[in-house]
Amino acid sequence: MKQLMLSALLVSLLAACGSTPTKPAEKPVAQKAPVQQPQAETKPVAIDPLKDPNNILSHRSVYYDFDKSVIKAEYKPMIEAHAAYLVAHSSAKVTLQGNCDERGSREYNLALGQRRADSVKSLMEAGGVPAAQISTVSFGSEKPRALGHNEEAWAQNRRTDIVYQGE
Amino acid sequence: MRYITGFIALLFLLVRPAFAELSIEIVGGGENEIPVSVVPFESDDPGVSKVIAADLARSGMFKMIDPGAMLPHKIEDVNFPAWKSAGADAIVIGGIYPAATPGQYEVRFRLIDVAKGAQLVGFSYTVTSDQMRLTAHRIADVIYQQLTGDVGIFSTKIAYVLKKGRHFELQVADADGYGAQTVVSVSDPIISPAWSPDGKKIAYVSFELGKAAVYVQDLMTGRRHIVANFRGSNSAPAWAPDGQHLAVVLSRDGRSGIYLVGENGGRPALVESSQGIDTEPSFSPDGKYLIFTSDRGGSPQIYRTLVAGGPAERLTFEGSYNVSPHYSPDGKSFVYLERNSGHFNVAIQDFATGQSQLLTDADLDQSPTFAPNGKLILYASIYGGRGILAIVSSDGRIKQRLTMQAGDIREPAWGPLVH
Repeated sequence: MKQLMLSALLVSLLAACGSTPTKPAEKPVAQKAPVQQPQAETKPVAIDPLKDPNNILSHRSVYYDFDKSVIKAEYKPMIEAHAAYLVAHSSAKVTLQGNCDERGSREYNLALGQRRADSVKSLMEAGGVPAAQISTVSFGSEKPRALGHNEEAWAQNRRTDIVYQGE
Repeated sequence: MRYITGFIALLFLLVRPAFAELSIEIVGGGENEIPVSVVPFESDDPGVSKVIAADLARSGMFKMIDPGAMLPHKIEDVNFPAWKSAGADAIVIGGIYPAATPGQYEVRFRLIDVAKGAQLVGFSYTVTSDQMRLTAHRIADVIYQQLTGDVGIFSTKIAYVLKKGRHFELQVADADGYGAQTVVSVSDPIISPAWSPDGKKIAYVSFELGKAAVYVQDLMTGRRHIVANFRGSNSAPAWAPDGQHLAVVLSRDGRSGIYLVGENGGRPALVESSQGIDTEPSFSPDGKYLIFTSDRGGSPQIYRTLVAGGPAERLTFEGSYNVSPHYSPDGKSFVYLERNSGHFNVAIQDFATGQSQLLTDADLDQSPTFAPNGKLILYASIYGGRGILAIVSSDGRIKQRLTMQAGDIREPAWGPLVH
């Protein structure tokens, strides 16, 4: 997460450098990431909407209740935004990675993670995304993001991640 | 429940690259323990009698009587009245002697009924020095069977997955945790190991291709092959009793369904699918039935179906989460994992009566598997924030914990009886 924030920061920094060449990058931002200062940029670089923290497309995770794959209403605008992006960028491809918390059966969780990823895929397809742009995989409970044995960790691990090709 | 305070720390020799410190702690014992004494064997440098005593003690079925100063090695040296007053019903005596062939030893033991003043059973084994531990386990099996009437499982093996950071190893060890060997070592998760009926191969699921695929590996040669790697997840391998086929779970057609494949792979044949998830197949000992987990009814429950096809019958009805079924070796019951007010525990259900009994009481138990005699159940749990293995007797009275310093252990599978 930290790394993602940092790279998002870096991209906006790059963009700031490129698109407004007359103005130097704002000081506070430059101070926050002095080591990451890129070498002189000559070309303007557009902000990557997928990584712009102000853009809904930078949101990539759908969270679930225990043993559920129903997508909560709060995640639908985000998934629909990704669907619209994929429709607009036919060369872009995503992998939907389904995950579960550690509790219960690892094998059932593997199947549940697949269902979670598939539910996001269905919503994207309903938004007009061709199936060829979407692949799914389940990691079940085998690749937890949070390692604790408590609800806080479990809530983070019941998740589908939207990962763009090349990321 | 009576708690045994004794802590058995097992020592391991650094003879193999996959060294693992697996220690066993008995956390609960049986009530009808048979008082037995294992007398240190004559010229027992390899410690055979110690291994026998540790096996018997760990089973929870015996009350170990300290032999004190009484050290008979022959039946004519046994002072029966003294053993009676020491409270022993049975004693084990024996010795280790050089055999006629150089480099070989004769391990002799006798199990003696103190009340009758007579031998119950006695054997002699001619072995090499590296077979001493196995011989001790085999002797413990004979004693266990003689005194309890059940088959002993001390000479069997267990498999499990060891997680060290982001590194995963499938390991095989003796049932007492000794002599761990690494079967596979990868930097991706491994789950669901399953022993072939002859104990020579293990099927498992590895994520090393970026997703779940089913492998079968020969334990002698180390060679392995992929049994199922279709689109989607490939998982939950279960050997048919014939050792020629496996039930696997494939999501290639969208939903997770149960298929049969040959041991060498090939075209899968659909056995069971529904609108929901169907997974975790387990064969009945006669190979005719499969029990499995399905959430076709809205919550994960356990069902049974004929392998040849036909309607599935629901077996569990209490609670909203019953998963991970495994047939007992006699086919009369099954173990499974149930969710109980937020806890995940091992339970056993009888096919004939439909009655179930909760066997464990930790927070996060997982993956129960029967010992080949059906008397013990090995499962995974979390203890002290770490993945451990635990054993509970099928009546719930005897409990043990197996912990490893090196990392988290999980996904146990108890190997078959091999003679």
